[in-house]
Amino acid sequence: MSKKLLFVPLVAFLALAAVFTTQLVRNSEGDDPTKLESVLIGKSVPEFRLEDLAEPGKLYDQAIFKGEPLLLNVWATWCPTCYAEHQYLNTLAGEGVKIIGLNYKDQRDKAVGWLNDLGNPYLISLFDGNGMLGLDLGVYGAPETFLIDADGVIRYRHVGDVNPRNWKEKLEPMYQQLVAEAK
Amino acid sequence: MIAELGHFALIISLAMAVLLSILPLVGASKNNTALMNSARPLSWAMFLLLAFSFCILLWAFYTNDFTVSYVANNSNTQLPWYYRLTAVWGAHEGSLLLWVLIQAGWTVAVATFSRGMPQESVARVLAVMGLISVGFLLFIILTSNPFLRTLPFFPVDGRDLNPLLQDPGLIIHPPMLYMGYVGFSVAFSFAIASLMTGRLDTAWARWSRPWTTAAWLFLTLGIALGSWWAYYELGWGGWWFWDPVENASFMPWLAGTALMHSLAVTEKRGTFKAWTVLLAISAFSLSLLGTFLVRSGILVSVHAFASDPSRGMFILGFLVFVIGGSLLLFAVKGAAVRVRGNFDLVSRENALLTNNILLMAALVVVLVGTLLPLVHKQIGLGSVSIGAPFFDMLFAWLMIPFSFVLGIGPLIRWKRDNLSSLAKPMAVSAVISIVLAGLFNWIFSDYFVFMTYLGWLMAMWIVVLHCFELYERATHRHSFFTGVRKLQRSHWAMMFGHIGLAVSIIGIAMVQTHSIERDVRLAPGDNFQLEEYNFYFSALRDKDGPNYDGYIADFEITLDGKYINTLHAEKRFYRTARSMMTEAAIDRSLTRDLYVAMGDRLDDNKSWAIRIYYKPFVNWIWAGSIIMSLGGAIAISDRRYRFRKNANKQEA
Repeated sequence: MSKKLLFVPLVAFLALAAVFTTQLVRNSEGDDPTKLESVLIGKSVPEFRLEDLAEPGKLYDQAIFKGEPLLLNVWATWCPTCYAEHQYLNTLAGEGVKIIGLNYKDQRDKAVGWLNDLGNPYLISLFDGNGMLGLDLGVYGAPETFLIDADGVIRYRHVGDVNPRNWKEKLEPMYQQLVAEAK
Repeated sequence: MIAELGHFALIISLAMAVLLSILPLVGASKNNTALMNSARPLSWAMFLLLAFSFCILLWAFYTNDFTVSYVANNSNTQLPWYYRLTAVWGAHEGSLLLWVLIQAGWTVAVATFSRGMPQESVARVLAVMGLISVGFLLFIILTSNPFLRTLPFFPVDGRDLNPLLQDPGLIIHPPMLYMGYVGFSVAFSFAIASLMTGRLDTAWARWSRPWTTAAWLFLTLGIALGSWWAYYELGWGGWWFWDPVENASFMPWLAGTALMHSLAVTEKRGTFKAWTVLLAISAFSLSLLGTFLVRSGILVSVHAFASDPSRGMFILGFLVFVIGGSLLLFAVKGAAVRVRGNFDLVSRENALLTNNILLMAALVVVLVGTLLPLVHKQIGLGSVSIGAPFFDMLFAWLMIPFSFVLGIGPLIRWKRDNLSSLAKPMAVSAVISIVLAGLFNWIFSDYFVFMTYLGWLMAMWIVVLHCFELYERATHRHSFFTGVRKLQRSHWAMMFGHIGLAVSIIGIAMVQTHSIERDVRLAPGDNFQLEEYNFYFSALRDKDGPNYDGYIADFEITLDGKYINTLHAEKRFYRTARSMMTEAAIDRSLTRDLYVAMGDRLDDNKSWAIRIYYKPFVNWIWAGSIIMSLGGAIAISDRRYRFRKNANKQEA
């Protein structure tokens, strides 16, 4: 063994220190490591137990996201953008896209009425009245849409409404890829 | 005024630390006795001033002095007095003060219990420890001062202590952990001091050993306490989450464990010196690294400390100075202390080396797993997350060779041995272990899982071979019962340490594969059947505490109709902090825990989401850690390490 070997720990440590410095500089420039992008993308949907929107007492948990790729759409009746988005979600559902709805910080009767009036694009509607799952997901506000793969892992987060343009450009290719992966 | 006294004491103790880090070193190089002798009084002065400063902070919390902003942010008048006191180390500033107080405490301990050591060595060691204190004191005074005032507009009442931290487990968890972290600074200082002189003899290893063991003991207890606290307080029912902060405490533990064993070789055989020094540096460096990771906001963790870029930069600079400096010293001077070992392939030296390599491999796994997400993102590959499955799998595979070597290690002789003399006991032990493991697996679990069996097998292998070793050693010259009583303390220490690990392995193997977790919807009056246990939700009561509103759910548990226990699971809403807390209720026994935790109240206002867990052997994990630490305590009490008497004898 040569004397140079003794320098290995030092060099390894300095490399590590360089990584830390880079991250600290980035943090001070506003790159927040606690940001959702780095926290939830690639992780499983947080554990939850929520009731069905229409049937109080019927409980769902994170297992519903396993099996096939899904969209998780966070919506509420108090959200005008959700109203704008809703028709297009119906169209997507008609095209066979599987969507799970998360009714976020809302009133149950209003929300049920909304789906009755405007049509129901959701396979399953979760009721998150006190916003606990929304909190775990780091939802800023409605609408938000998460792309979740067949293993229940969150792959992408879309803030704002889903419309024909961003669906075609961005979301659909990713969704189709998840569908292809699942096969 | 009182808070300013604390601040003032802090600044003077910094001055003492600066003097401590300079004068004795100068004295040691110029051979000036007076300067070298200044190390002990300076250590005491630094410690007493810090203790004074800490008491003042305690007083500020006790008297609800909300003109101090740290108090106002972490305590309020509704908090019971004992939590007001422990709130001192509930957040960043105060916990750093505790850290540096403990650092000074270890310094004073070294100053007191090292009278048998040559004056020059003591002076150097204390100076290095003083230097570390300087870094931390500067950090506190410049970036994290707990004595800052809110004047002139002070609040009438404070914000609450994080409700998670209002728990007896947390009163002792951080101090224990810090005792361990900081304790490694002693071995570190010994290593640096001897690198400075280039003299590394077996006496050095002998002096370092009790300090290292003591630090390791505290760290073991601290980690176990943290894990136990997470288990019953967080309401998740898990005992280890591979969270960055847990990893940060686990890495120094792994390095410290390796160091203890490597020191044994250095003391007894005079080899492995460079390696031992490197481990001594690593154990403390990893403690520092852990602090940095936790407090700089670099990694995402459930243990959120307030993070601040300037603090991060300061610790990083300190880290580069301490770790970089000592590794540089090691690189330059390390060659001087290296000794070519003279031992065969089959020897105790090599068994311990294998143990060290495996511990280091485990350390690398934890380090990589903790830091890879960071590096991965920096080189532009996006975010990845390395979850528990990665660590669980790699640790399971590392444990197999580790336990194998651990079982036979104590049987192998120093320097040279041949396998043929070991073949027979190994074969017999293997058969006994296979049978016993199968038997226990069959008794304690309803179905067969290979990993559980493997866990039992590893534990049995360790236990059986250690029993054999004990018998061999005891009957070497005497009859068994006379021989057992004549065994050295350090031998018992090894026994306890290794058997403790076996106990923990059993706990881990069982709880990882045979736990049952159910989330159910229950209203008062409902029953739930989990395997053969029946849970009857008998009542829901209100229970309000001093600073929270709470509910208690009573569960009567019966086993095949026989009454076992009534559990009281709690849900608390802390008014000031506006947060919900779950207090799980646990029925403990030797072979299983029954665990009930309340979730949310469901919409019909009657029923609740309730978590009911069955956790087999979970207490064995912590029992094992306690047995291991007991081993550490026995090792420290070994007569060989009372250097005062020993050294005097040698001098005479």
